[in-house]
Amino acid sequence: MRRLWRLLLALVLVWRRRDAAPPGPPPDPSSRDTRPRPRAERVAAAALAIAGAFGVAFAVLFVVRPDTQLLGLALGVALALLAFALVLAGKRIVPQEIAVEERPELVREEDEAATAQAVAESGEGVSRRRLLGAAAGMAGAGLGAALIVPISALGPNVADRIDHTPWRDGVGLAYEDGRPVLADDVESRALITAFPTGADPRELGSPVVVVRVPVTELDLPARRQGWAPEGLLAFSKICTHAGCAVGLYRAPLYEPTSRGPALVCPCHYSTFDVRRGAEVIFGPAGRPLPQLPLRIAPDRRLLAAGGMSGSIGPAWWSVKR
Amino acid sequence: MSRRRALFALALVAGTLAVVGLAAPPPRAQGPADVRAAADASAIARGRSLFVSGCSSCHGMDARGRPGRGPSVIGAGAAAADFYLSTGRMPLAEPRDEPTRAPPAYRRSDIRALVAYIAALGGPTIPRVAPQQGRLREGVHAFADHCAGCHQIVGRGGIATGAVAPPLQEATPTQIAEAVRIGPYVMPRFSERQIDAQTLDDLVRYVRSTRHPDDRGGWGIGNLGPVPEGMVAWLLAGVALLIVARLIGERTS
Repeated sequence: MRRLWRLLLALVLVWRRRDAAPPGPPPDPSSRDTRPRPRAERVAAAALAIAGAFGVAFAVLFVVRPDTQLLGLALGVALALLAFALVLAGKRIVPQEIAVEERPELVREEDEAATAQAVAESGEGVSRRRLLGAAAGMAGAGLGAALIVPISALGPNVADRIDHTPWRDGVGLAYEDGRPVLADDVESRALITAFPTGADPRELGSPVVVVRVPVTELDLPARRQGWAPEGLLAFSKICTHAGCAVGLYRAPLYEPTSRGPALVCPCHYSTFDVRRGAEVIFGPAGRPLPQLPLRIAPDRRLLAAGGMSGSIGPAWWSVKR
Repeated sequence: MSRRRALFALALVAGTLAVVGLAAPPPRAQGPADVRAAADASAIARGRSLFVSGCSSCHGMDARGRPGRGPSVIGAGAAAADFYLSTGRMPLAEPRDEPTRAPPAYRRSDIRALVAYIAALGGPTIPRVAPQQGRLREGVHAFADHCAGCHQIVGRGGIATGAVAPPLQEATPTQIAEAVRIGPYVMPRFSERQIDAQTLDDLVRYVRSTRHPDDRGGWGIGNLGPVPEGMVAWLLAGVALLIVARLIGERTS
C-alpha cells in the first residue's frame, strides 16, 4: 500500500514538472510535419507484437491453467500495449497537419426578403383578441377537466387491500414443503418459519416466524391475552422498517448474563422483544412486527386464531399500526 | 498472513483428527465391563474435582448454577461441555462477558474428564457428524435457511444486536454440529425435526468448504461481499483510469 502511494506521488510530481516547463512557440497551423520517425515506428510495432504475444498467452493459459489472476494480467497487458501503440501512432507516426475547410455561403439575400414577407403576412390572419380568447377557453376547459375527473377515483377505501393477508381463523401453519407445523415442533430457543396452508407463500403477508417462550414470562398487551397458547408466539417475518425477512433470533441460553429473547432483522438490526408482542427495542423500525393469534387444534396442529394484528411490511406514509 | 495460514493448518489438522476419531470404530472394552465402569467412574471423579476448582464459582459447587452468575449445567450434556471447553469459550473471566473462541484452557485429558462429569449429570450426547457424506448443494441451502442471517452466507460471521456471530472457519465438524444442537450463548438451537442428521452432515460439509472458497471471480477480498469489492474497483481501478486518461489526453496552451 505504501509503495502504491509513493508511486502515485511520483506520477503527480512528474506531471507538475511537465506543466511548469515554459511553453515553446505555437506550431504553425499550416505546416505539414511528414518527417519519418523510425524510432516511434519501431516502438509501436514492438508494442503491437508484444500485445499479440500476450493475447496468445491468454488463449494458452485459458486452456492450460485457467487462473483468473493470470488471465486478467495477460489480457490487461495485451490491451494496455495495444492502447499504447495506438496513442503512439496517433501522436508520432501519422502526419500532423492542421487544415482549414472552406464552407459554403450561409446568407442568401433573395430568400431572406421572401421569408420576412411571409412572416409579416401570417400575423394578419388571426386578431390578437380572438387568439387570447380561444386560448383562455382551452385553459379553462383543461383545468376544469383536471378538477372534475379525480372524482371517479373516490371509491372503496384501499386500506383493506393493503391489509389483506391469507391468514384467517382456522388457517393452518405449514412448513415451506407443506407439512403442517405441530405445536411440539416449536421448542424453546428455536425459530421456525411457517406459511399459511393452501396460500401463496410468496405473498408478503404469508411468512410468519414462530417461537416459544415460557408462559410465565409473557408480557403481551391486554387485548392480546390468549393469542399465545403454551407460550407459542407467531409474528410476521417481514420487517416493519424496510421489508427484509426477519431471520435472526436472539435466544439467550442464560438471560442474566446476556440479553433477552428478541427477533432481529439482518438488514438494519431492528430488534423486536418477542415477550412484549414484538415491541421495537432497538433499530430503525417504527412499529412492532404484526402478531398472528394462534390456537392449537386437538391433533396438535398450529392454527391461526384470526388475522394479523396490523399492516404487513414497511412503515410507510401513515401506516403506524 | 503466515499466522493465519498456521491457524488454518491447525484447524485443518484438528478437523482431520476429529474426523478420523469419529470415523474410527469405538474402542473395544479390553476387559470385563466393570473395568470400563471403573475407568469412567475415575474420569467422572477427576472431572468433578476439576469442576469444583475451575467452574463452581459461577455454576455452583453442585452444578446447579448461581443466580445471576451462571446457569445450571445439569442436563446440559456432553455436547455443551465439549463445545464450550474445546473452543475455549469456557471458562469465562467475567460471567457477563460474551464467550468467544480462544485456545482451550484445559488439556485434552482434562476436557475429557470434565465432559464425562457433565455427561454423568444427564443431557444430550456429542452429536455424530460425517461431513464426507454431506451434499454440498443441500448444505448451502440449509445454511442459507438457518444460519446465513447471522453468520453470512460465506460463514465469515456477523452480529446480532448485543452479540457477535463468530466466523466459522476454525470450527471442527463436531463443534459445528454441537453448536447447531445446543445453541450456545444467544444462538437458537436446532432440533432433529428442523435439521435432521443428513442435513447436518450437508451443513457441516458446506461450512468446512467455506475455509477455501473457490473465489471464481478473482480475489476473494475478505469474502465479505460487494462492499469491499466496490471499494477496490472505485479506489484503485478508478484512479488508474484517471491517470491513463490524463496521460493520453492532449492539452494545448
